[in-house]
Amino acid sequence: MGKIVLKDIRKTFGDVVVIPGVNLTIEDGQFVVFVGPSGCGKSTLLRLIAGLEDQTGGHIAIDDIDVTDAPPAKRGLSMVFQSYALYPHMSVRSNIAFGLKMAGMPKDEIAKKVDHAAKMLNLGDYIDRRPGQLSGGQRQRVAIGRAIVREPKAFLFDEPLSNLDAALRVQMRQEITKLHQDLKTTMIYVTHDQVEALTMADKIVVLNRGNIEQVGSPLELYESPRNLFVAKFIGSPTMNTFSGPEAQRRGAATIGIRPEHMIVSRTDGDWKGTVSIAEHLGSDTFLYLDVPGVGPITVRADGEAGFHAGDTVYVSPVSARMHRFDESGMAFK
Amino acid sequence: MARRATFSRRVTMTAITWVLAFAIFFPILWMIQTSFKSELDAFALPPKFFNFHWTTENYSVVQDRSDYFRFALNSIILSGGATLLGLLVGIPAAWSMAFAPTKNTKQVLLWMLSTKMMPATGVLIPIYVLYQWLGWFDTHIGLIIILFLGNLPIMIWMLYTYFKEIPGEILEAARMDGATRWKEIVYVLAPMAVPGIASTVLLNVILSWNEAFWTLNLTTTTAAPLTAFIASYSSPEGLFWAKLSAASTLAVAPILILGWFSQKQLVRGLTFGAVK
Repeated sequence: MGKIVLKDIRKTFGDVVVIPGVNLTIEDGQFVVFVGPSGCGKSTLLRLIAGLEDQTGGHIAIDDIDVTDAPPAKRGLSMVFQSYALYPHMSVRSNIAFGLKMAGMPKDEIAKKVDHAAKMLNLGDYIDRRPGQLSGGQRQRVAIGRAIVREPKAFLFDEPLSNLDAALRVQMRQEITKLHQDLKTTMIYVTHDQVEALTMADKIVVLNRGNIEQVGSPLELYESPRNLFVAKFIGSPTMNTFSGPEAQRRGAATIGIRPEHMIVSRTDGDWKGTVSIAEHLGSDTFLYLDVPGVGPITVRADGEAGFHAGDTVYVSPVSARMHRFDESGMAFK
Repeated sequence: MARRATFSRRVTMTAITWVLAFAIFFPILWMIQTSFKSELDAFALPPKFFNFHWTTENYSVVQDRSDYFRFALNSIILSGGATLLGLLVGIPAAWSMAFAPTKNTKQVLLWMLSTKMMPATGVLIPIYVLYQWLGWFDTHIGLIIILFLGNLPIMIWMLYTYFKEIPGEILEAARMDGATRWKEIVYVLAPMAVPGIASTVLLNVILSWNEAFWTLNLTTTTAAPLTAFIASYSSPEGLFWAKLSAASTLAVAPILILGWFSQKQLVRGLTFGAVK
């Protein structure tokens, strides 16, 4: 079991309000991703759930038991840190076993569990090495191994992949997703990388300045962002937004259209622009256009379309995929 | 051209280093060679430098007159006891300052250090009266307590500096793993801070071993360490340089040997954190 409920959680550091008041329910077995720009309070929120930080106000319940004042050890959660935070003076085996040793588990049982976890994460070959002798990816696996042996109610991940190179990041992302499918344990994952959020989450919580902007599945967030912030934060490249006459014509203060929701043509279309930069990614080409009277626009074109800087192109937004926002930046229903 | 400049620079630096090292070591060298002279040679003018009749007579006289090993044992008990007590108090104190600081932590650290700025003489009378009243005069416990308190600020400062270097996330990981505060210190912090703790211990042992003000003023016989042993040879009836040198050599020898063997550890500890 691993249902986590946050009620009116508040956190201030002196006069600085980091989290003004968060209400959130995380169901058992969900993979929830906290995402937001740096300084949005996502890590603080995770640390509050872990018990590493004391809340200024509000309540936290795990499986309907109030743990607001419980120390981290009593919450039954495991955490994987950004820096891995392995014990440098212990072997991989001792690192993984540490939590079980603290819990006073018999030695043979510890050995069995550590071996099982090591096998699961392919740690067998370097089980007797020190963390200093391991690569980044291996260290990350040890940190995950340390978390899973304790069979926690939920896993907390604090930007676990941000110290890895791009290729390894993709691989570890898949491994963590696979781990969730195997264990079916609640996972809370903090990242500033929306690609990680979209690919891994059952449920994404978008945070901005300590406030929850929107909670929903990756597709919900992509298709119907609740406000401009979410609209611009989710999706890559960023959604194009325009205010002014184009927006007024459609009865909104601001309109938004994603780069992939526009038709690109060499001959005709709604807006005529000049390519300033063309990014060829192979499968896709992203064109950065200057459109007089509208502004800069990013569009996605086919990889083989063969556009180059200086070309004149026509683009037409697909009106069904257009997002409309009012003066306060909230989306029209 | 640049290479030649570097070469001559290196030669100069090496020469200066040797001269400085020799100047610092010279008193010890002089003391050691004087301890092997006869009393007459010790007084000789111009001073005799290695061209005298070597004798170990002073050492046997010193050992006959006063029991060296009794004083040495007291030195070990006092410096060891003060250091152990210092660790027991200093490690948790430094832990809390490094990992759970409040807004007053900096002030507390400075205030602790400020206690070292007052000359010990300033509190001699109150401590003396207090010790007589407690019955701690010339006792091991009394001396251990005063040496422990005297060095505690330095110990906490040193440990605090080392602990600051340890990433807090590792301790948080231990906390998540279910370690209590005490287990967190014993199993995670202390093993990681071994170099720092070792150099703190060494420095503290050396400071306690050489501490002369309190050990001379608060002891007579029972708890008197090697400092008192040396002092007993600078008597008003006339100075016996050779015997005084022999006593001094005997007194500093253990700590000199300890320092020699642990110099690597000591240097590493003292520069820990200075270079990443």
